[in-house]
Amino acid sequence: MLLEIEGLQKSYVSPDGEKNTVVNIPRFELQEGQQTALEGQSGSGKTTFLNLIAGILQADAGRIVLAGREVTSLSESARDRLRAETIGYVFQTFNLLQGYTALENVALGMMFGAGADYARAQKLLERVGLGDRLNYRPRQLSVGQQQRVAVARALANKPKLVLADEPTGNLDHRNAKEALKIIREACTENGAALLLVSHDREVLAGFDNVQDLGKINAK
Amino acid sequence: MNGIVLIVRRSLRQHALSTLVTILSVALATGLVMSVFCVRDQAHDAFTGGAIGFDAVLGARGSSLQLVLNTVFHLETSPGNISWAMYQAVKKDARVKLAVPYAVGDNLRGFRIVGTTAEIFTEFEYQEGKKLTPESGRIFVESKPAEELKREGVLGSYVAQKLGLKVGDSFKPFHGLYFDEKNQHEEVFTIVGILAPTNTPNDRVIWIPIDCMYRMKGHVFRERKDAPKEGTNPISGQKVIEHEPVAGEDIPEEFKEVSAVMIKFKNPDTAGMSMSQHINIQGKEATLAWPIARTMDDLFNKIGWIDKILELISYLVVMVSAGSILASIYNTMNERRREFAILRALGARRGTVFGAIVAEAAAIAGLGSLAGYLVHGTILTGAAYVIRKNTGVVLDVFQFHPVLWLAPLGMTLIGALSGIAPALKAYGTDVASNLTPVS
Repeated sequence: MLLEIEGLQKSYVSPDGEKNTVVNIPRFELQEGQQTALEGQSGSGKTTFLNLIAGILQADAGRIVLAGREVTSLSESARDRLRAETIGYVFQTFNLLQGYTALENVALGMMFGAGADYARAQKLLERVGLGDRLNYRPRQLSVGQQQRVAVARALANKPKLVLADEPTGNLDHRNAKEALKIIREACTENGAALLLVSHDREVLAGFDNVQDLGKINAK
Repeated sequence: MNGIVLIVRRSLRQHALSTLVTILSVALATGLVMSVFCVRDQAHDAFTGGAIGFDAVLGARGSSLQLVLNTVFHLETSPGNISWAMYQAVKKDARVKLAVPYAVGDNLRGFRIVGTTAEIFTEFEYQEGKKLTPESGRIFVESKPAEELKREGVLGSYVAQKLGLKVGDSFKPFHGLYFDEKNQHEEVFTIVGILAPTNTPNDRVIWIPIDCMYRMKGHVFRERKDAPKEGTNPISGQKVIEHEPVAGEDIPEEFKEVSAVMIKFKNPDTAGMSMSQHINIQGKEATLAWPIARTMDDLFNKIGWIDKILELISYLVVMVSAGSILASIYNTMNERRREFAILRALGARRGTVFGAIVAEAAAIAGLGSLAGYLVHGTILTGAAYVIRKNTGVVLDVFQFHPVLWLAPLGMTLIGALSGIAPALKAYGTDVASNLTPVS
């Protein structure tokens, strides 16, 4: 088992003082190498859920065990370390660093873990079809190309788990299809499990294992 | 570590303009601090313990400082004259190793003409083992009274360079210590030697035989009625009778005067003390400036407040440049919150982001400090030029001073400290809220 979640809860206090439970997931599991899609509408807590798994947010209650380590009991710096070594993250808005080249953006994905390996970064960019764009900066790339850089970066640290948050949300139909194909193939090639959240039915249709976050999230 | 280096490099490049301006302000601050210390200490050393070569100066009663400035640094006016007999008495004093007479009062286009004896070339050492040696030509010949007077001059290197004179050229002196073209003497002197550079005030002097100084038309001798016997008081209670030298005849010693006698003692400590006691305390007619270094040191102590003000100004510039580092980085913090959040999402720890900002501030200060060497070199070169032009004292632009590593190191540390405030802001960046809208 790669990821095991029990009784996970996360709430926010609204400006008027009301407590809003965003995530309340009694149980969730993901096997190593498994590719799972979570269907979730806007406001369903999917980004918060992924951030809890990544250790970016601290849960109010519950337990997350990732690759044998209990994320919820780790200190912040230990969670940072675990994230740097174990998780790749693909964002809807790509979140590439504008001042850095494509190659540097991918290399940054390794720098806080095992250390930068520019040869591997280059191979990953070649794998996603950007071998001739290594020294381009994000604003010099199309949105489809930017998302491919983001995919390469997510795989840079040889993660066991790739979290993809609406990875095709900002792409047109053709680019979305292409990006999804690359994410899934690259995860398979690298032996990484994929947990993808989307509200796009066309994206979800490609997955054998689709779970409705609205149903598993008992908020 | 690689991550921090990359983050710093990219940030400096992304904010190139503000980085450049900040680097320039740091360069100015560091260069100013280095220059103030180097110029102050080098000038102090040059004026108090540099290549002076003599232990004491004997001159007319008055200010020791004026005497030293006039004779050693060839600045200021002469406080007056002392008798030839006093010079002779000092020369024969068992405690004295070398006594060289100076007679001043003329110039060549603003450069001092000093009448003296050939001992200034043959005996005097401005530094141990270093004499005033002609680089071209020879030293002057002192004519005997019965011979035809040879009017010869030996030029210091700076004079020759500035006036474009060479061996074989001739010149007519101008009367007075300050150049006035209406006051030109008739006598024509031939340049027989150009001295090798010494990097001392001697480079700014034209040396002529003292007899030639006496025998220039218009130089009138004044007999003192109680013209002294050797070892007696030479200057008191005078009745002045004017006298002009006659060609081919010896000038009677009672008419001769010198502006000063430059003295080198056999044993400077004991001899200087006892002669100073004799002349300055018991005597009333002359002043012995001894030791020369202490006289100049007194001057530096009196004007030490100028150094303090310059130091203070340079420290203030350091503080302002530290503030500019803080402001230039702090102002980018809002636009960089997303960058920090992304870095954190990639696994960068809070400490890494904090360290990157401190390193960025230190890098700006470090680069500014490196550029500070250029500022320092420029200021020191300018200061050295002005000081040499006005005093003949040469500062060494490349001379090492501890401030040359302390100032850049200190500035880099101050720069790093000034990065702490923005680094704390980066440290506190919330990852989730700065990545993407929460859905």
